[in-house]
Amino acid sequence: MNAVVDTNVASASLPMTKALNAGLRRAMFDDPKVLLMGEDIGPLGGVFRVTEGLIAEFGDKRVLDTPLAESGIIGTAIGLAMRGFRPVCEIQFDGFVFPGFDQITSQLARMRNRHEGGLIMPVVIRIPYGGHIGSIEHHQESPEAYFAHTPGLRVVSPSNPHDAYWMMQEAIKSDDPVIFFEPKSRYWPKGEVRFEQSGTPLHASRVVRAGTDVTVVGHGAMVSVLLQAAELAAIEGISLEVIDLRSISPIDYGPILNSVQKTGHLVVTQEAPGFVSVGSEIAATVAERAFYTLEAPVLRVSGFDTPFPPAAVETHFLPSPDRVLEAVDRALAY
Amino acid sequence: MSATRNDATVPMTAAPTSAAFGLDGAETCVRMISPNGAFEPNAAAEEFLPYLDRLTEADHRRFYRDMVVVRKFDSEAANLQRQGQLALWVPSHGQEAAQVGSAYATRPQDHVFPSYREHVVGMIRGLDLVDILRMLRGVTLGGWVPEEHGNFHLYTLVLASQTLHSTGYAMGMQLDGSTATGNPQTDQAVIVYYGDGASSQGDANEALVFAASYQTPQVFFLQNNHWAISVPVARQSRTPLYLRAGGFGMPGTQIDGNDVLASFAVTTKSMDDARAGYGPSLIEALTYRVGAHTTADDPTKYRDPDELAYWVARDPIVRFRTYLQGRGIEQEFLDAVDEEAADFAADTRKRALEITGPEQSVIFDNVYAEPHPLVAEQKAWLERYEASFDEGKN
Repeated sequence: MNAVVDTNVASASLPMTKALNAGLRRAMFDDPKVLLMGEDIGPLGGVFRVTEGLIAEFGDKRVLDTPLAESGIIGTAIGLAMRGFRPVCEIQFDGFVFPGFDQITSQLARMRNRHEGGLIMPVVIRIPYGGHIGSIEHHQESPEAYFAHTPGLRVVSPSNPHDAYWMMQEAIKSDDPVIFFEPKSRYWPKGEVRFEQSGTPLHASRVVRAGTDVTVVGHGAMVSVLLQAAELAAIEGISLEVIDLRSISPIDYGPILNSVQKTGHLVVTQEAPGFVSVGSEIAATVAERAFYTLEAPVLRVSGFDTPFPPAAVETHFLPSPDRVLEAVDRALAY
Repeated sequence: MSATRNDATVPMTAAPTSAAFGLDGAETCVRMISPNGAFEPNAAAEEFLPYLDRLTEADHRRFYRDMVVVRKFDSEAANLQRQGQLALWVPSHGQEAAQVGSAYATRPQDHVFPSYREHVVGMIRGLDLVDILRMLRGVTLGGWVPEEHGNFHLYTLVLASQTLHSTGYAMGMQLDGSTATGNPQTDQAVIVYYGDGASSQGDANEALVFAASYQTPQVFFLQNNHWAISVPVARQSRTPLYLRAGGFGMPGTQIDGNDVLASFAVTTKSMDDARAGYGPSLIEALTYRVGAHTTADDPTKYRDPDELAYWVARDPIVRFRTYLQGRGIEQEFLDAVDEEAADFAADTRKRALEITGPEQSVIFDNVYAEPHPLVAEQKAWLERYEASFDEGKN
């Protein structure tokens, strides 16, 4: 269980937790200034075991099991970054990031700007996020829009183990703060990780299934929902082009606009509530840039504008393949 | 509202005054110089007396000079604000002794994290005070490069945020082996300034938790100036603030913050201990914000004039001047300092008025270290948009 992932092979089939662990480990080998900080990330390996084995390998000066205080974790990470370190902070669950919100938005995001470019803030904040895991309140949130709205931050979210492995390393190498949303419901399914090269830059979006009728966009766990929807649509003879956003800030519009040129239809999806959301931003931008190409309004499929509900009814809240296909049908009906 | 036990013990409408934590007669509060200017160390001061041996006659003169100069600078800056030349001014009047004494306890290799009222600390660390005015004149959000100005970090306007940054920075000193090596000439430590108002913030308390947990080389220098804008310190704390240190597991010392020698001696010990690896400590300097919180404030609406008079009678500069006179300092020196202060203020005014605004590109240039398409597009758009007006003129 504690086995270190061998990355000196061409590829391996790993769950995202192990891929992230391997990415962190490689980053720590590559750069002695990389530190891990967070609650329960030491001997326990984090509540999701993403940091498992790393304190044993790198010691407690590289893996800092911190007091239980999110603002304290982020605020001290800022001080460490000022000192030349590259802290990677784990926030235990999505709903627990808010005690650190001021340090992220008022301090971390603006520190370089306030210093007139005189320093860099290479801090990564890992946030396990999203639903589908049947958990209690504050454990299934999708708060990415708050951070995407904040100038100075970069926001990314991998959808699969390969991207998780590489995006983690690239986020750590970034001289800007990166909020790294890890889709909890995708932590455990295995996928092939190719260790030689990423193939896709950190802030690039990517077509993960080619199609011709409707473009569907999502990030994190939504990508697997979209791929399921595309399978189902194909049975009915509808061809969906699926785009994995990967980066939420900045958004790489190239593949989205290219796809819309081809399909004329766009459905944007997310687990987060739709009001003032990442999906809203994509819809607005595509409407501005591809107005004459669109054959139908850009439609959004989101969580509802409510608090994340009790887990017993989460399947009614979270966008499912069927809800995606309902929007696809509406788009095609125009 | 139903009555509770606390209704009886915590009068929610009371207007507590400084007398609640009065300066005079407090045996636990370290004091070297009495309010009348006599050198009368109290019992609490005894263990700190050896640190005064480090001070030369020139140091005494420098302490006095810096306090006088910064007060004059302070009133000139307030004038500039009143004349519309600064967006805001944050006076330090009354807090000069706490700040000067503690600043001289730092060594060149140390790092200083101010709040936003520690002008003279910056000056002592090598900062040109006009750089502070640049921020308050609205031409920058920062104003200087800390590493090029005595490791005096930028002002932080969200209360207590800097306490965590300073703790993280001090953790970094430990991790990169720059402290507690046994060499006081190179070992580093951090001092962070905050106040009685900020002491209520979560960040201040989390910083104390982290500092104690990691035993950071750090001094928390809490200037209790008794007022957080209009909120008296008794509303922030039912216990003297230095006693909170014990709850976090570190030593806490209360000093007469209007006694520059007490501030120097106690902070010197704390910083020495921090550099030597003995961990963090907290100093509460009892002082008083004689002026307003900022130029946007009006303390006559909420402060008792008798309280102000009480503290003005304990003015740190008058006290130290009387002390120096008792030591036989020549009047020519005191006069020369007044003259220097007037020149300093005049020079400040002149150079403040010469501050020019930044280029519009400053909006975009340092938001990110690496290229960002949205910011790049918007920068280019603004340039094209504004250039289009020039084209219209041609």
